[in-house]
Amino acid sequence: MLDVMTTSTAIELTALTKSFGSVHAVQGIDLSIGQGEVVAFLGPNGAGKTTTIDMILGLAQPSSGTVAVFGLEPGDAIAHGLVSAVMQTGGLLKDLTVKETIRYTAALFAATRPIEEVMETAGVTEIANRRVGKCSGGEQQRVRFAMALVSDPELIILDEPTTGMDVATRRAFWDSIRADAERGRTVLFATHYLEEADAYADRIVFVRHGRVVADGTPAEIKALGSGRAIRATWEGVTREELRGIPGVDTVDIRGDQLLVHAKDSDAVARFLLTSTPAHDLEVVARGIEDAFVALTGDEAEASAALPAFGDDTPDLPTTENSEVR
Amino acid sequence: MSAPTIDLSTRPRPNRGLLDLTVLGIELRRVLRNRRTMIFMVVFPPVMFLFISAQITGKDDVMGPGIIANVGAYVMVSMALYGAVLATTSAGASVSIERASGWSRQLRLTPLNPVAYIAMKMISALVLGAIATGVTFIVASATGHAHMAARSWVECALIILVGALVFAAFGLFMGYLLPSDNAMQFIGPVLAILSIFGGIFTGPISTDSLYGKIAEMTPIYGFSAIAHWPTTLTTSGTYGTFKFSWVVNLVVWAALFVAGAVWRFRKDTARV
Repeated sequence: MLDVMTTSTAIELTALTKSFGSVHAVQGIDLSIGQGEVVAFLGPNGAGKTTTIDMILGLAQPSSGTVAVFGLEPGDAIAHGLVSAVMQTGGLLKDLTVKETIRYTAALFAATRPIEEVMETAGVTEIANRRVGKCSGGEQQRVRFAMALVSDPELIILDEPTTGMDVATRRAFWDSIRADAERGRTVLFATHYLEEADAYADRIVFVRHGRVVADGTPAEIKALGSGRAIRATWEGVTREELRGIPGVDTVDIRGDQLLVHAKDSDAVARFLLTSTPAHDLEVVARGIEDAFVALTGDEAEASAALPAFGDDTPDLPTTENSEVR
Repeated sequence: MSAPTIDLSTRPRPNRGLLDLTVLGIELRRVLRNRRTMIFMVVFPPVMFLFISAQITGKDDVMGPGIIANVGAYVMVSMALYGAVLATTSAGASVSIERASGWSRQLRLTPLNPVAYIAMKMISALVLGAIATGVTFIVASATGHAHMAARSWVECALIILVGALVFAAFGLFMGYLLPSDNAMQFIGPVLAILSIFGGIFTGPISTDSLYGKIAEMTPIYGFSAIAHWPTTLTTSGTYGTFKFSWVVNLVVWAALFVAGAVWRFRKDTARV
């Protein structure tokens, strides 16, 4: 084996599939993640995120296709301490203390970071002597993060790491991850919290039904969610008048308030302001949640979710706690 | 983005033997912290010994003509063996908790070799078995209720430790076979019944009766008979009868437990 690897790819998935009997959890994923990228693996429950992660970590065997982690087999990458993971649940012994858990993990690797330093980074120094079973869900997640850091891996994979955390804990958790990623570590995290992907990733990979349906920067993904929404006031406006405007996709009217969605929102806004009595005009990017539904939802769900106005429409951008399913 | 190179020589694979002292230390502390295990392993056997040996006095305490050991020593070996079997079985069966909590899955994200993990479990089982045996021997010796030739103490202790390892394999088998909630609850009563068949609470069982013939086939019987054999040493340097069937019993059960543990372990660590 070469001592120095020149690959710039952290993860390379080629035509990856995984079936459990008649259930096709992963149906052909091609994905290349470069070193230093912070990537969100976003999709609804059952999209195949965890199965894909299990294959990247060597916990599951692909039905077909290949996985390379820094050009190595997953098991080799783990043996060299190149990759570590923060799993969603489990993986902890309740009767060990936090510090014992981290020492135990560190003892298994050849080269490790100092335990005190790792505990400081993960924010578990204060609870070092607490039994893991007595830690809250958020604290246990920090312990898992500390365990993932001891081998000073080049790549950290997090599988829905903030499930069950409250908003403040979640933010603090991501701040530690983000601060750590500044040092050039590659991060791949699975989530179904849309805001998490938007706020913390440089790149979002959308998966649905075991396939990648979109891949790009958060801005690109939002743009893929087909344009922006325009609100304005127009006394006595009718649906027909709005539908007649070139470029308008969907239309909703509440009294004198109108809301239209358009791919070319600039053209529609210009038309409304110059050729109609519309005033108090507002252009808003559609929230990532809309994009999420449009991209990953079934066609029926997606179109049902499009004309959002009044009713149960969340203010844009969407709220912190929204979650798909 | 730059394409940093990764120097694998700064990231070697761990190159150590099967035993890591940090990990072993933490493993042992875990078990010692568990009050229920501790009571059954290190409190129950010596207390039972004191209770039983106090009732055996005078002529009742004599094993036979010329035999150096007293009946108290026989009881001590029984109790130490029971404690050691409980200790090693619990240590092995603790894998069920580790499976249920996802700890064994977490360990697969480290360079730890699964075989090294099993070896570590066996070593921690051995240390616990030694503690259980040692406590009973020390209490029995200190109270003066047990006496036998110096070499018999050493022989009994060694046989108990080696035999108890067979039950570490039994514990591993059960730990990989049973769901965590049931493993410990199941093992306690099973060991109690096997101990009765092994003559732990009654003294040697005659194989003339049907009961004796059945008991002879059970896992603790052979082990117990071999472990008690050194107590038959006489002043003229001879031992009592040694039956080859005891060794057959222990070896056959050892083979079955190891095969069962390997079978379940392979199933558990297979990548699906």
